[in-house]
Amino acid sequence: MARVTDERTYYTIPIGPTHPSLKEPLQFAFDLEGERVVDVEIKPGWNHRGVEVLGMKRNPLQTLYLAERICGICSVSHLIAFSRAVENALGIPVPPRAEYIRVIIAELERIHSHILWAGVAAHELGFDTLLHLTWRVREQVMDILELLTGNRVNYALVTIGGVRRDITKEQEPLVRQALRYYKDLLEMLVDAFLHDPTIELRTRDVGVLSYKDALELMAVGPTARASGVKKDIRVDQPYLAYPALELSPITPDLFRPEIHGDVYDKIIVRLLEIEQAIGLIEQALAKMPEGEIGHATKEEMTELLVQIKEREGEGIGRHEAPRGELFHYIRFQADSEIPILWKVKCPTYSNLMSYRPMFQGAQIADIPIIIACIDPCIACMDRVIVRRDGREEVWTAEQLLAKSWEKTRRLKG
Amino acid sequence: MVQLFWGSVVILFGGVILGLIYQGVDRKLAARMQARIGPPIVQPFRDIKKLLVKENIVPENAIPWIYNGAPFLALAAVVTVLFYLPLGDQRPLFSGYGDLILVLYLLALPAVALAIGGFASGSPYAVIGAQREIVMMMSYELPLAAAIVALAWRLDRALPGITAFSLKEIAAHPIWAYLGPLGFIGAILLVGVLLLVMPAELSKIPFDIAEAETELAGGVTVEYSGRNLALLRIADAVKTVVMGALILALFFPYRLGGVLGLAGAAGGVVDTVFFLVKLFLIILIAVTIVRVAAARLKVSQVAYSFWVPLTGVALAGLVLIVLDGLFFM
Repeated sequence: MARVTDERTYYTIPIGPTHPSLKEPLQFAFDLEGERVVDVEIKPGWNHRGVEVLGMKRNPLQTLYLAERICGICSVSHLIAFSRAVENALGIPVPPRAEYIRVIIAELERIHSHILWAGVAAHELGFDTLLHLTWRVREQVMDILELLTGNRVNYALVTIGGVRRDITKEQEPLVRQALRYYKDLLEMLVDAFLHDPTIELRTRDVGVLSYKDALELMAVGPTARASGVKKDIRVDQPYLAYPALELSPITPDLFRPEIHGDVYDKIIVRLLEIEQAIGLIEQALAKMPEGEIGHATKEEMTELLVQIKEREGEGIGRHEAPRGELFHYIRFQADSEIPILWKVKCPTYSNLMSYRPMFQGAQIADIPIIIACIDPCIACMDRVIVRRDGREEVWTAEQLLAKSWEKTRRLKG
Repeated sequence: MVQLFWGSVVILFGGVILGLIYQGVDRKLAARMQARIGPPIVQPFRDIKKLLVKENIVPENAIPWIYNGAPFLALAAVVTVLFYLPLGDQRPLFSGYGDLILVLYLLALPAVALAIGGFASGSPYAVIGAQREIVMMMSYELPLAAAIVALAWRLDRALPGITAFSLKEIAAHPIWAYLGPLGFIGAILLVGVLLLVMPAELSKIPFDIAEAETELAGGVTVEYSGRNLALLRIADAVKTVVMGALILALFFPYRLGGVLGLAGAAGGVVDTVFFLVKLFLIILIAVTIVRVAAARLKVSQVAYSFWVPLTGVALAGLVLIVLDGLFFM
C-alpha cells in the first residue's frame, strides 16, 4: 500500500485490531518512511459494548455490577466513581470509615495495576524476564485484595452509600506485611527497570510528550505527570479520605533532574506511584476511624431504592484511577429509580490524543512501547463507529459542539 | 561413497535431534531463570510434530514457489554446514571438499533464504522483517569474517604448510598453543565477538529484530505455517548447533579422550560427551543467558553496535593477532 504525498512515497502499515502488541482491539494506520513513522491514524470502535445504555435500563444497585465490569483492571475505580456520582446526585451520605476503606482498596488496586503495566511494558520491549518477575510479585497484592474483599479482580466491595465489607483488626497486620514486602521489593524493581542498559536504550527519548502538548491535549494521570503536568484529582479536588492524607502529584523530577516526558519518565512515575500508594495505605490504616461502613442490609436496600426513586438530581463522580482521571456522570428524574443518563469518560479516552505527538519520528520498533506507555484500556474507552454503505463519517470538533448544543436544548425541553 | 552417504544421513538426523533437544533445554533453563516452570524438554519435538500435521497455508499474494522453497533452502544450507564441521571425535564428514570460506557463505544462506521467503510472502510485516534480516546480516558478517580470517592467518603463520582454512586442521591444532601475549588478548577479544555474533546469527533476543513478536508479529515468518514453519523451526534449531560447533571448532577444539589416555570406542564416547557439554555451555552463555537478561534492541541500535563497537573490537583482535604473528614468532 503505497501513498504518494508531496512527491514522497509513504507506506502504510496497519497495526491492529488484532496484533501481538495490543492487548485489546484498536486499530492504527501508520504512514512509514522506511522504519520511521511519519503520521498515525487511530481508529477505535472494535470493542464497544454499550454498557452505558444497559445502565440506563436498570436501577443503580443493579448497575453497580455492570459498572465494575467496564474495566478488568481498574474495576474498583469505576465503582468508586459511579457510586460517588449517584451519592452526589441524590445526596446519600457515606460514613468516614467507608471512605477510608475505599481509599485503601483503590490504592491497592493502583499497586497491582502499575505492576501489571510494568510487566506489559517489559514484554513490549522484548524483555520477558521482567514480565514474569513483575507478574509473580503482583500475586501478593492480589492475595491481599482477595483477603479483604473475597475476590481477585471484581471486588464487589463498594456500594452506594458505603462499602460492603469491613477491614477487621486481624486483617490489618497481613496488609501491613504485604506493604513491607513491596517496600523491600521496590528498590529491586527500580534497579531492574531504571538502571537496565537495554531498557534505557529503548525508552529514553522515545515517545516524548512535551509539557505543552500534555496540557493542550488534556492528558491525564501518569501520562500527564510524566510530562511534568502536576495533575492529580486526589490533590486538585480531594475526595473520599484523601484530604486527610499526605500526598502530592508524582513527577519524574523526583528521580532525575530533568523532565523529558519520554517512556522512561512514564516508568519512573508509575514506579514512584507504587511507593506513594504504599504510603497512602499505611496512613489510611493508621487514621481510619471506627464506626459504620454504610452497608445496607436487605431491608435497608429497599429503603435505599425508594430514596433513589423519590429523589431527582444529577451528579458527577471523579476518581484518580491508576491510568488517570475517571469521570462518571449520572442523572435521575423523580419517580424513577432508573437513570435517564449515564456517561463514563475513562482516562484512556483523554490520553488517546497524546498518541499523535508521541509517534512523531518514532521507529517501527518503538510502536509497541509507545502504544503501551499510556496504559491504554480500550474496553473502557471505546466508542461506536457507525458505518453506512461501507462509508465512515468523521465529525469535526465544531460539528460535535453543534450537536451537543442541540442535545442540551432538547433535554431542557 | 557409501560411508559418506550413511555418514550424512546420521549427521542430518543427529543434527536435527540434537538441535531440538538443545532448544528444549534452552527453553527449560530460560523458563527457570524467569521464575517459570517451563515446558518439558521434549516440547520442541511435539511442536514440530503438531506443525507437520497442520495445514500449510500459502497467502494469496505470495509467490508460491519462492515462498515454499525458502524453508527448504534454509534447512539444506544449515545441514550442509554441519557436514563441514568437526563434531565430537569425528573429523568433518566433507573434509577435503571445502573449507572455512565455504562455511561462511553457507552460514549466510539461511538468513538470505528467510529474507527471500519474507519478501515473497506478500505481507507488509514480512517485508519489514526481511529488510531487517538483511540489515542484520550486513551487520554481523564483518566481525564474523574478521575473526575467522585472523585465526586462519595466524595458524598459517605458525604452521606453514598446512591448509589453514581447513576446519580439520584448525580443529587439530588449537590456536592458543601458538599465541604470544598480544595474540592471546586478540584471540580472547575474537571469542567475545563470536559469542555476540551467535545470538545475532540465530535471531535471538536482543537481536531478534527480524522476527520481533510484539512489533512485527513474527516478521519474516509471519505468514508461514504448517510444514514450512516446521522446516524453519528445525533449521533454527540446527543452526544453533552449527554456530556452537563452529565456535568450538575454531577456539575450543580440545578433546578429553586423549588427555585421559583413552583410545578406541571409549575415547570416542568420552569425546562425544565432552563435545556435547562444551556445546551446551556455549549455547547457555551465548543464547540462553543473553536472551533472558536483555530487552530487544532497535534496528538502528543493532546496526550501530555491530558496525562500530563490535567491528572495532574484531579489528582490534585481528590487528593484535597480526602483530603477534609478526613479532612473536
